Amino acid sequence: MNYQTVIGLEVHLQLKTKTKAFCGCAIDFGKAPNSGTCPVCLGFPGTLPVYNKEALNSAIKVALAFNCQIQEHTKFDRKNYFYPDLPKNYQISQFDLPLSRNGHLIIFDQEHQPKRIGITRIHLEEDAGKLIHEADSSLVDFNRTGIPLLEIVSEPDLNSPQEAFDYLSSLKSILEYLDVSDCDMEKGSLRCDANISLRPQGAKELGVKTELKNMNSFKGVKDALTFEVKRQTELLQAGQNWQQETRLWDVQKGITVSMRSKEGAKDYRYFPDPDLAVFIINTPMISKIKAGLPELPQEKMRRFMRDYSLSEPDAKILVSSKNDARFAEDCINRYPGKDKKNIVNWLIGPLLSEANSRKLELHELDLDKNELINLIGFVQRQEISLLSAKTILTRMIDSRKSAQTLITEGNLLQISDTAQLEQVIAAVIRENEKSVADFKAGKTNALMFLVGQVMKKSAGKANPKVVTDLIKRRLV
Amino acid sequence: MSIDQETVKHIAHLSRIELQPKELEKLSGQLHDILGFIDKISSLDIDKVEPTSHILPISNVLREDTPHVSLSPEKALENAPSRKGEFFSVPKIIE
Amino acid sequence: MELNQLTAHELLDKLARKEVALEALYGALYGRIQKTESKVRAYVRSEAARKTVSSSPGPLNGLPVTIKDNICTEGLETECCSKILKGFRPPYDATVIAKLKKSGAGIFPLKANMDEFAFGSSTENSFFGPTANPWDLGAVPGGSSGGSAAAVASDEAIWALGSDTGGSIRQPASFCGVVGLKPTYGRVSRFGLIAFASSLDQIGPITKDVEDAAILTKVISGYDPNDSTSVNLDVPDYTQSLVNDVKGLKIGLPKEYLVEGMDPEVKSIIEEAVNKLKSLGAVSKPVSLPHTEYAVPVYYIVATAEASSNLARFDGVQYGYRAKSDNLIEMYKKTRAEGFGEEAKRRILLGTFALSHGYYDAYYLRALKVRTLIKQDFDRVFNDFDCIVAPVSPTAAFKIGERSDDPLKMYLSDIYTISVNLAGIPAISVPCGFTKKGLPVGLQIMAKAFNEEMLFRVAHTFEQNTQWHKLKPKL
Repeated sequence: MNYQTVIGLEVHLQLKTKTKAFCGCAIDFGKAPNSGTCPVCLGFPGTLPVYNKEALNSAIKVALAFNCQIQEHTKFDRKNYFYPDLPKNYQISQFDLPLSRNGHLIIFDQEHQPKRIGITRIHLEEDAGKLIHEADSSLVDFNRTGIPLLEIVSEPDLNSPQEAFDYLSSLKSILEYLDVSDCDMEKGSLRCDANISLRPQGAKELGVKTELKNMNSFKGVKDALTFEVKRQTELLQAGQNWQQETRLWDVQKGITVSMRSKEGAKDYRYFPDPDLAVFIINTPMISKIKAGLPELPQEKMRRFMRDYSLSEPDAKILVSSKNDARFAEDCINRYPGKDKKNIVNWLIGPLLSEANSRKLELHELDLDKNELINLIGFVQRQEISLLSAKTILTRMIDSRKSAQTLITEGNLLQISDTAQLEQVIAAVIRENEKSVADFKAGKTNALMFLVGQVMKKSAGKANPKVVTDLIKRRLV
Repeated sequence: MSIDQETVKHIAHLSRIELQPKELEKLSGQLHDILGFIDKISSLDIDKVEPTSHILPISNVLREDTPHVSLSPEKALENAPSRKGEFFSVPKIIE
Repeated sequence: MELNQLTAHELLDKLARKEVALEALYGALYGRIQKTESKVRAYVRSEAARKTVSSSPGPLNGLPVTIKDNICTEGLETECCSKILKGFRPPYDATVIAKLKKSGAGIFPLKANMDEFAFGSSTENSFFGPTANPWDLGAVPGGSSGGSAAAVASDEAIWALGSDTGGSIRQPASFCGVVGLKPTYGRVSRFGLIAFASSLDQIGPITKDVEDAAILTKVISGYDPNDSTSVNLDVPDYTQSLVNDVKGLKIGLPKEYLVEGMDPEVKSIIEEAVNKLKSLGAVSKPVSLPHTEYAVPVYYIVATAEASSNLARFDGVQYGYRAKSDNLIEMYKKTRAEGFGEEAKRRILLGTFALSHGYYDAYYLRALKVRTLIKQDFDRVFNDFDCIVAPVSPTAAFKIGERSDDPLKMYLSDIYTISVNLAGIPAISVPCGFTKKGLPVGLQIMAKAFNEEMLFRVAHTFEQNTQWHKLKPKL
């Protein structure tokens, strides 16, 4: 029997506002424990929350970027449960009137085919504090308490761990463009729980849901899901039943472990928070925020394809990171030639491999863009070979020297002077009688071989095009 | 609506209040009486009535994203029944 | 007359003219406390330093204000008269305290007794024990602001702040023969008031006369950026409303209020008061508030539901009392079992139940809908009437212990005060007579939202034409 994997993701995102959601405590990571708190975020008796305007703006931006419908009426509710990282023993969240619903984002499969992943809702809430567990006690630090969070809930539209990974990558890319969050899973500014179930191929009803927690990277999410698919498939094949449960990913052991459950969802006793007024988000407000949205990855990709005649895969590579896209576009604009494909090939070819080998992102390369354009000019004027140019690029990034200086230093200028080349060609023809004969007999490969020999003798500096012409002229 | 002792036990657990057997019995009886009286509202026809969770017609109350001065950790921890260094400390969490 | 017996406005005049030194006033208050506090027990933690409090320059010239124990005072213990907040010293001032200080008031170092977390109508539910009614030491002062009202009535305080969620200012003011005002919801900032029911709570003054109430209300009112539910409206100078004139004012008398269950003596005192207002030129007519009978059930659902969540934070982690235990959940359960009194537990459980799975729609949601109907009742009346006049409580002060075993009976006695909180409107209690046993009775005046001026006008006129507010208990 074949099974279909059904995955939905719940992402918690910290917004990078200057201050917390409901008080003016500055959000500043790496502070000493309990040094970024005040009576409000400590939940001291008598204190009251007032929501952060910037957090609401950021949240609306995110909702619009994910094509959600912003709800006209939205409000905060209290989610009641006891836990020591929750100073009020309720979390201010949203229940029946979330900020936004019915969004989607597009992911691309291996064949570059788009797939639409539904977003059920995006709602506002506040973060909890941090617990450190010791042998007989737990220690609480409330610095993180009250940082504005968004919960982004996807539909169960993801059908493989890879799709979950692609969804998260796409989500992160969009969020990066919006500049509303650090999106760093390792630092906890983006957290992801997954719901996964398996069902027989073609079945309508969903299988028993398992909630996965404790993943600390996108790869962790993919690995945990991959493990679960295998585990659940084996259980199904063995004809076993199981209950809905929460499992924790153990990254060291590479397995998921069942976790005893806390208060069930039905015990949260949600009700409208009487301390916070409702929000009415009208069309002018939405239009204003919409007008201020930056160009998002998909739009930028389409524009790159249109304006610079790029292929979809090339454009996709360049827009996946906001800063890389900016870097690339800056290079493209500086490039004087008409065919932008020339510079783009440099970007996704030599430059990207330079970046990869240095474990950097494209935009982090320490490179004078004008010198890059100069370097490409040398190649196009056939003054240096492509091979030399790649070497120069490496040295350029290492030394910050100009293209001209590096060409001179390396004595890499191509020899196009016929008189100089004729001597070398004469020697090669003399030494390779068989190939000459082959060429005359019509074997084109022989010509390539002869040109290669000339290149070798000139230490790579001979202009291959000129050499080819000269050999042909001699032998035909 | 009547309320039985099992339900009172459950809500006492949700409220994190330990009840002695005698207390449970007494409170269950009292809550039963109070709920019996409260049930009066079930007779009203309220299908077309909007709920009032906020009595004031105010909306969109927001504050600017400007930092204030936080408490010093000393001040934050001043009232703590138990602390370890600059952390609040609680007994071991056993679910 | 001793200094502590004067009204605030009389003292403000004397202080402004430098006829009275602040030290002398404090001396008179502490002297009175020395003499009568053992009988009245209006204050808690009375071992606190008895000194003259320094104050900033301002129109209140250092005049001390007595504060209920649920309003946060920086560095000064604020425990809501509950064991669970034992030793809690807030690191901040409530907005009303900051406003008082800015106006030059002194914060009286002793805080007023109350029902634990304001849960009650008798001040019997205090961890520190009950307060006595200065008019009859065997009777309750009312509650929950019983300490504030008893302190003012016994001249142990010049004036005081209380809080009112379902009558907790008006009812003790009525029982103790002083003036008490519950302002419009949103008029006074709740920041720093330890919440009972967030959608109902308001801080207000308890004073010796209406003029003092007008002065104190003006000082504490106004928009507060720290309270999302405070309203950004200008605060009028309420002393301008202190005119002796009710001619032509239309007064509504809710027919649902003057019915069975009411003490006939109280009923006739209220009727006389209404006649007094009529004799001064007001026009009165019966009106209907048809959903009055649902107010008590709605209130005890909404208020306890909110309270159950508001009081969740008292768990022994960051402040207050913690029971000994080596595991967290047991620590929570023991702390809250030992820290909360019986009434607090009852209300937390009731509120938790009203919000719990399977009961939310039948209780909480339904109560919110009926709340809408109750508010609409008042809206309709205020289309045609300037104010509503009613009793504060069906009886005068009852005996200590008389109702403590019957919570439902206690809840039912809140019938005349809680609709005001549910509708968010302002109301005042002003002394209007005494029972044969010598217990005071208050007259309640209600107006539409943000029309405190109407209350001051009617109450002041009534007061100027009667002598009730001038009588003092013999202690």
